Amino acid sequence: MSLVVADLRLTLRGTPLFAPVSFAVPSGAVMSVMGRSGIGKSSLLAAIAGHLDPQITCHGTIHLQGTDLACLPPERRQLGMIFQEPSLFPHLSLGDNLAFGLAAGGGREKRRAAIDAALESAGLAGMYGADPDTLSGGQKSRASLMRCLLSQPRALLMDEPFAALDMELRAEMRSFVFAHIRAHNIPAILVTHDPTDAEAANGPCITLHHI
Amino acid sequence: MGRAARIMVWGCAGAILLGPILLGLWVSLRASLGVFPALGSVDLTLAPYRALMETPGIWAAMWLSLRTGLVASLISFGLAVTFVAQARGSRLLAPLLAPFLAIPHAAIALGLAFLIAPSGWIMRVIALPFDLQTPPDWPLVNDPAGLALILGLIIKETPFLIIVMAAALSQLPLTRHLRIGASLGYSRPQIWAYVILPQLYPLIRPPVMVVLAYGLSVVDMALILGPNTPPSFAVMVMRLFSAPDLALLMPAFAGAVVQVVLILFALLALIVLERLLAHFGRAALRRGIRRTITVPQPVMALPRLVMGMGLFSILCLGLWSITWRWPWPAPLPTTWSMRLWQSAEWQDALRVSLGIAGASVALSLILALLILEAHGRTARALTPLIYLPLLVPQIGFLFGVNSALLNIGVASGVGGVIWGHILFVCPYMLLLLMDPWRAIPRPLLHCAASLGAGPWRRFFAVKLPLMLRPICIAAAVGFGVSIAQYLPTLFLGGGRVASLTTEAVALASGGDRRITGVYGSLKAAVPLLAYLAAFLIPRTIWRNRRAMREGVV
Repeated sequence: MSLVVADLRLTLRGTPLFAPVSFAVPSGAVMSVMGRSGIGKSSLLAAIAGHLDPQITCHGTIHLQGTDLACLPPERRQLGMIFQEPSLFPHLSLGDNLAFGLAAGGGREKRRAAIDAALESAGLAGMYGADPDTLSGGQKSRASLMRCLLSQPRALLMDEPFAALDMELRAEMRSFVFAHIRAHNIPAILVTHDPTDAEAANGPCITLHHI
Repeated sequence: MGRAARIMVWGCAGAILLGPILLGLWVSLRASLGVFPALGSVDLTLAPYRALMETPGIWAAMWLSLRTGLVASLISFGLAVTFVAQARGSRLLAPLLAPFLAIPHAAIALGLAFLIAPSGWIMRVIALPFDLQTPPDWPLVNDPAGLALILGLIIKETPFLIIVMAAALSQLPLTRHLRIGASLGYSRPQIWAYVILPQLYPLIRPPVMVVLAYGLSVVDMALILGPNTPPSFAVMVMRLFSAPDLALLMPAFAGAVVQVVLILFALLALIVLERLLAHFGRAALRRGIRRTITVPQPVMALPRLVMGMGLFSILCLGLWSITWRWPWPAPLPTTWSMRLWQSAEWQDALRVSLGIAGASVALSLILALLILEAHGRTARALTPLIYLPLLVPQIGFLFGVNSALLNIGVASGVGGVIWGHILFVCPYMLLLLMDPWRAIPRPLLHCAASLGAGPWRRFFAVKLPLMLRPICIAAAVGFGVSIAQYLPTLFLGGGRVASLTTEAVALASGGDRRITGVYGSLKAAVPLLAYLAAFLIPRTIWRNRRAMREGVV
């Protein structure tokens, strides 16, 4: 068992956002989270990742491979985040974005090789120096995922990662992401509005409800 | 940032930015009531106020200050509204006008004096066709009514208000409201009065108050352009402070307190005026009268005329600095020379000014970034802290701070001057950095954290680079603010720190326009160059980063 959330409740100034949830996501599986707009799907991810808005209080426990995440700052939780808008750093080149993600250590050449390999597997071979703003939407999404995976996350949290892509690109990106999750054998949570996303994820699915 | 660190930053900011002001005001208030232990005076008394009121011309000076401050601020406001109401694409405006902000008040004042004086550039151009043999004997500068001072303030404050208004207007649905108003049958000036201004004004009220408070208490500009007998109130108080007779010191402190009261009074007058205009405006609006109001062309052109005068004032400074002989009534110098630029005198003042500006901008930037890092999300709460140093008159607390420092054995000097500059540089920088800081996209920071970047790495590797452009602009503005400071340099430097500004103001009363031209030009050029650098540095660094060039924050 890998990512285990028990009796998680989020309250905004005393008002609960959604009915308490408990779930467990095994390694290599993608759990879909659905629910109406504004119910707190993104806040659920933020709570797990440690980016929760200070106005929202979190109750319940979150364990990743046996460690309690509650007392760790976000940078030590080792959770990859993928947003709807691919959040590449606009001031860094494409390659430096990946270098920012790549876990520290290894020689200069080794690191460069790891980044080049990641770029290649994302169909971006030879684009180390590219300005992220000049990439296409699909290229940015793939680069964001690679940056995330290079940091060797122990779980992946995705907030409507495919919503901004057109139908064709969406299917392609889905299989790209899911393949990498299986290859890394980490648990993943996918927040989505699109039932076909959940279907393609082929994993457990929960829906958030008001109390 | 942890809780303890936050509290520490808060404490530091308070001690550095608010401490001197409150301490200085306290010292001023106490001394004005006769309590000044350094002079062996410990009993509460109203004698300093009585002595102040017996100073010849004191009431005229107060009235002059109130009048020039209020009139200049109101006209500047009107001109700025006239300008933005005509302007299309106000986004383009800001970068063009911003350099105007950078030029210190005193530089504009010196240039304007050269432009409008009886023997000034305008008169020389007129003299030729009218065959004037000698400059006319009119009091065009230092006139008793303070008109030259009012004009100088207008030239400096109108572009500032235009920029502030343009920024505020971008938050309003301007085009839509103009269209709705027109479709309901109202003319454009009516729509501005009934619909746009009531929405715009609350957004720009604090800067309007800063303009008013500044106009009422300005010293350097009043020394150069204002009347002499009597001078404006702030100048009179400054002279009392600088008088060698120690008996005048406590009346001077009383004057410092009265200056604070004058500003409170003017702000009160502004609030009453706001209420009255709102009341009568609403009453007029309810009558529903549609009236075609056309603003006469000359009025529409006034803002541009004023800015043109500003431009020519600066040109005039430059012109005089390279003049050797410029006899009346020649429209241009007859002999040119770079001799004054080759002399070494101005270089010391420039070095002092650059050093003080560099140090105060660097320290202010560190302080501002610490404050933002600790309180960035609630930065709005900082607004009163930022506006306090800009609203309280400098003369009200600076001498108090200086004497408090002397009391604890800190001699006046460059360190004190830098601190004095930070008091004004840091608020402006915070003001400019606050919104960009809040505009840093949260997902980028969350991504960085999830990729393992701790607070330090997020700060240096993500926030700082994203903030490069606003930081450059804020630093340039801070540079200009520092170069412009007159009273802090004079008082906290104990009169021994000779910067471009103190030298330029001292030279203004002398006679040699050429030397004054050199110092004035430098005063205008240094902030302009800082602006140019602020414009070029991000463009150079981000030449291969499209999103950064267009501005992420």
